[in-house]
Amino acid sequence: MPDSPAVVLQDVVKRYDGRAVVDHLSLTASRGAVTAVLGPNGAGKTTTIECCEGLRAPDEGRVEVLGLDPLLNARELRPRVGVMLQDGGLPTGVRALEMLHHVASMYANPRDVAEITERLGLASFARTTVRRLSGGQRQRLALAAAIVGRPEVVFLDEPSAGMDPQSRHAVWELVRELRADGVGIVLTTHLMDEAEDLADHVYIVDHGQVIASGATADLLHAGPSADGDRTLRLEAREGLDVDALRGRVESGPTASPASAWTVTETQPGSYSVTGPVDPSTVAVVTAWLAEQSALASRLTIGRRTLEDVFLDLTGRELR
Amino acid sequence: MTDQTTAGPAVPGPSVPTTTDGAAPAWRRVASQTAFETRMILRNGEQLLVTIVLPVMLLVGLARTSLVDLDTQGYSRIDFVTPGVLALAVMSTAFTSQAIATAFDRRNGVLRLLSTTPLGRGGLLAGKILGVLAVEVVQVVVLSGVALALGWSPDPAGVLPALLAVLLGTAAFTSLALLLAGTLRAEGVLAVANLLLVLLTVAGGVLVPAAQLPGALEQVALLLPSGALGEAMRGALLLGEVPAFSVVVLLGWTAALGWGAGKLFRWH
Repeated sequence: MPDSPAVVLQDVVKRYDGRAVVDHLSLTASRGAVTAVLGPNGAGKTTTIECCEGLRAPDEGRVEVLGLDPLLNARELRPRVGVMLQDGGLPTGVRALEMLHHVASMYANPRDVAEITERLGLASFARTTVRRLSGGQRQRLALAAAIVGRPEVVFLDEPSAGMDPQSRHAVWELVRELRADGVGIVLTTHLMDEAEDLADHVYIVDHGQVIASGATADLLHAGPSADGDRTLRLEAREGLDVDALRGRVESGPTASPASAWTVTETQPGSYSVTGPVDPSTVAVVTAWLAEQSALASRLTIGRRTLEDVFLDLTGRELR
Repeated sequence: MTDQTTAGPAVPGPSVPTTTDGAAPAWRRVASQTAFETRMILRNGEQLLVTIVLPVMLLVGLARTSLVDLDTQGYSRIDFVTPGVLALAVMSTAFTSQAIATAFDRRNGVLRLLSTTPLGRGGLLAGKILGVLAVEVVQVVVLSGVALALGWSPDPAGVLPALLAVLLGTAAFTSLALLLAGTLRAEGVLAVANLLLVLLTVAGGVLVPAAQLPGALEQVALLLPSGALGEAMRGALLLGEVPAFSVVVLLGWTAALGWGAGKLFRWH
C-alpha cells in the first residue's frame, strides 16, 4: 500500500461514559505533509490521536494509518509509527540519553542517537534523570524518542508545550526536515502560530467535531465576508490618528460607500483597515503614515490568523 | 498469511536502507526491556531498601537476636527463619516493588508510550516479569550468602522444589501487583502495596508458620498466597518437599489474579 495516505479517519466516534468526546470526526493526513489538529483544550484532540496510535479503540468509524488498522495491524504498524504523548511517557528514574538508547534498541535500524542528541540539543542534560528535566527538555527528549525509529508517520501531541522559543525553533526545524523526507506528521496544538507556521493542512476541532479544515493558506485567506472585502493590517507606533485615515480611505479613488470601511486601532500599535482594499488604498495608508512621521514595522493584506478563523467560527476565544 | 505490508516502500529520506521489518528481533526487545526494568529497580533507593536491605536486616535480626520469640520447632534459628525471609523477598519484588513501579509508569504514560514502540504490550509484560526474576536472582544470591555465612544448612533435596515455589509465588504476586497497578491510582497503590506486604509478612504465614498463628488466622493464612508461599519454602528447605496443598493454592491465586488483571487492567 505504498500510496495510502498517512492517516485516514472516517466518521470516528469515541465515547467516555456515553458522552461523545470524538463525534463523527473525519480527517486525512498525507505523507510528506504536516497536518495540524487545532482546537481548545478538551476538544477531543488527544483522544483522536490516541485512536490513531492504537491506544484507544473507536466506538464507531474507521481509522487507517498507512492503510492499516492501528489495532488489528498493530504489530506491522509499531515499527513504522512514531509517537510523542502529551504527558511524555518517560519513566522518571532514568537518565535522558539512557531512555533514548532504550527506545532505539526496539528498532532494527534506528537513527543515530548521537545525531539526534546534537540536533535537539539533548547533550547538556544527557546524564540528568528525567525527573529533574524541565518541561521543555522532556518534550525534546520525547520527540527524539518518537523519531528515533525512522517512522513513516509521526504523531505529536502538543509538541511544543512548555518549550522555550529556542527549543520550539529546533523542534519546528526538525519537523520540517521530516516532512521533506516524506514523513507524514500529525500534530495537535492549541497554539495558533504553531499551526500557521508549520502545518500544510489544518483541521480545527471543537466538541469532537471538525468545524473547519483546509490548506492552511486557504483557511487564512478565506474571509468571512464574501463580497470582496479585504483587511489591511499594519503595525506602527500607537496612537495614530485613525479618524483621519478613515476620512482618507472613504474619499479615496475607489469611491465606495462610506459604510463599507472599518478602520480601527485593534490593539495599541495595531491597526486594521477593512473594506474594498486595492492598490490605491495602500498608497493612501502610506501617505497617512508619512504625514505623521510613522514608520510601519509590518503591513499585511488579506491575511487572517487562525485565531480570527476560530473566532469567526465559534465566537469564542481559543482557550 | 502472506502479509507483505511491512515490506512496503523504503522509509523515505536520506541514508535509510530498505528493511522488511523495522523492529528489532523480539528476543532483543524483551532482553532490552528486562535489563531496563532490572536497572530501574536496583537503582531506585526505596526499591532497594524494600527488596534487599529489609530482608537482610530481618534475616540477621531474627537469626542472631532473640528480640522476637520464635518457636523454631527444633530447628536452628537460621534454618527456620531463612525460608520465610526468602518468601518475603519474593513478595517484596514480585508484588510491592512491581506494583508501585507499574502504577507510576502507568500514571506517567510510560506503559502507553512503550506499547506504541515495537516492544508492544506483550513485550512490556514479558520484560517486567523477567525483570522481577532477575532481581529475585540477586535477592536469592545475597540472602543465601548471608544465611550460609550465619550457618544455614538447607535440605539439599529441597533446593529445586524451593526454586519452583519461588516461581509459583512470583506468578501469583506479580498478578496481584498488576491487578492493583492497573486499577488504582498510583498513590493508592503505594499505600496498599506497602501495607499488604507488612500485614502478610506478620500475619499471613510468611515468617511465622500458619500453624503458629492464633485461632482462625491459621486456616486463613494457609489459603493466602503469602501463607502458601511460606509453607512451600519451609517445606522445601526444611523437609525437602513442597506441600501439594500450597502448590494448588498458589496456582489458584495465579489463575484468579491473572484473570482479574487481564480483565481489569487499564493502560490509561
